[in-house]
Amino acid sequence: MTRTTVIIGGGVAGMTAASRLADLGEQVILLEREEQVGGHLRNWDRLFPNRRPGYEVLNYLTEELGSKVDIRCLQTVTTIFSGERDFQLQLASGKSLRCDALLLATGFDLFDARRKEEYGYAIYDNVITSAELEELFRSGAPITTRQGKVPKRVGFVHCVGSRDEKAGNLYCSKVCCVTGVKQAIEIKELFPEAEVFGFYMDLRMFDRHFEEMYYEAQQKWDINFLRGRVSECAENQDQSIVLKIEDTLTSRPLKMTVDLLVLLVGFVPSPETLRLAAMLDLPVGEDRFLEPADEHTKSTLTVKPGVFLAGAVKGPFSISNAIADAGTAALQIHAYLKTL
Amino acid sequence: MKEFGYTVHKERLIDYDRNDKRVLNHLKKHEPSVLTCIACGSCTATCSAGQLVDFNIRLVQTLLRRGEIEPLKKEVRKCMLCGKCILICPRGVNMRNLILAIQTAIDKLQ
Ligand code: SF4
Ligand code: SF4
Ligand code: SF4
Repeated sequence: MTRTTVIIGGGVAGMTAASRLADLGEQVILLEREEQVGGHLRNWDRLFPNRRPGYEVLNYLTEELGSKVDIRCLQTVTTIFSGERDFQLQLASGKSLRCDALLLATGFDLFDARRKEEYGYAIYDNVITSAELEELFRSGAPITTRQGKVPKRVGFVHCVGSRDEKAGNLYCSKVCCVTGVKQAIEIKELFPEAEVFGFYMDLRMFDRHFEEMYYEAQQKWDINFLRGRVSECAENQDQSIVLKIEDTLTSRPLKMTVDLLVLLVGFVPSPETLRLAAMLDLPVGEDRFLEPADEHTKSTLTVKPGVFLAGAVKGPFSISNAIADAGTAALQIHAYLKTL
Repeated sequence: MKEFGYTVHKERLIDYDRNDKRVLNHLKKHEPSVLTCIACGSCTATCSAGQLVDFNIRLVQTLLRRGEIEPLKKEVRKCMLCGKCILICPRGVNMRNLILAIQTAIDKLQ
């Protein structure tokens, strides 16, 4: 009898796991909510730390999938029935699917910056998110203020919606520091004359080549790092943004005017992930990300036999970590299917 | 090290081995949120009193942790207890109660 695995979510983790499982001879159905697979990677222009184009990785993952995986786009799972040893999925299209293993790879959402009202996102013209800046980079359109001015001073606000009790998220989103440094360098590439600031509390350059990128940002691009959390912003008459911060290294309050303020928004668990988790009775952590069976040794398993997790359903992940995690998930699913 | 002149000027030094932690210990008991400060400075940047006088509520907490009681005595009097800092703190430190508890602890010492 053929054993079937259904993967919900066709982002980086879902695509990778699908390819690996197919390589292992498993039959896979990959369900994607959008029109195309690729997830958030489709919106990213260049990737840290080497600033290679995001589409290179996307194309690689897509080519790898080739025709060995049954990809079904525009699919939403409405209900999941857990059987003794299998699962029945009801889709919004009216179809139903049976599978032996289920992999949740539904990923994350970006923090809604409007919730940090003190930063003025969606209130002031020239406050944008890191995701929007990335879209601008990708579109190739000239980057200006909303009034069409070339920005002379650009600020990056770290930890927007992360490490913040008031936003309800105590965790660190892990990749926004390095994203901020990457984007700061890219702004300097475009506007060598511009002054660029990163407002940070801790710079978390946790992975290989990240710290070197930070070094490059200082040494080659003269990017300024100012230690303090931006406390509030206001708009000037010319639509530039004036921000207040404590320069914690001189212990003095500081005000600064910037033409463009970029908010480095963090990860939040997607409602879709939580909806599926509730249907499957999966444990959810205090941070509202899903809990694996064991954080170290069974990181892609859940307490429920046959249900597996990969990537950002478990918290903030970089692309390379999501790819590695999805590979592990595929191996653990394969091992499980062999026991059936 | 000898040639390098390893001398210590006592008055310049935070002597972590000798400093007075009594106020801090009082705070740990009566306003334990003080333990969670990440020194982000949001409170200082937004502080109502800090707009008018030389007052740094973030630094107050750092001094407290270092057991530097003398400067605290003067500093805590500057707070207007408006609570704006509490609204912004990403770690939920209750600064108003912190100020009051420091004052109580200092009064007890005297
Ligand atoms: S990675 Fe950096 S910017 Fe992002 S939440 Fe962590 S410390 Fe803040
Ligand atoms: S309560 Fe005191 S420390 Fe806090 S903002 Fe008001 S004056 Fe400043
Ligand atoms: S806002 Fe809170 S965490 Fe930040 S320095 Fe002040 S007390 Fe500490």
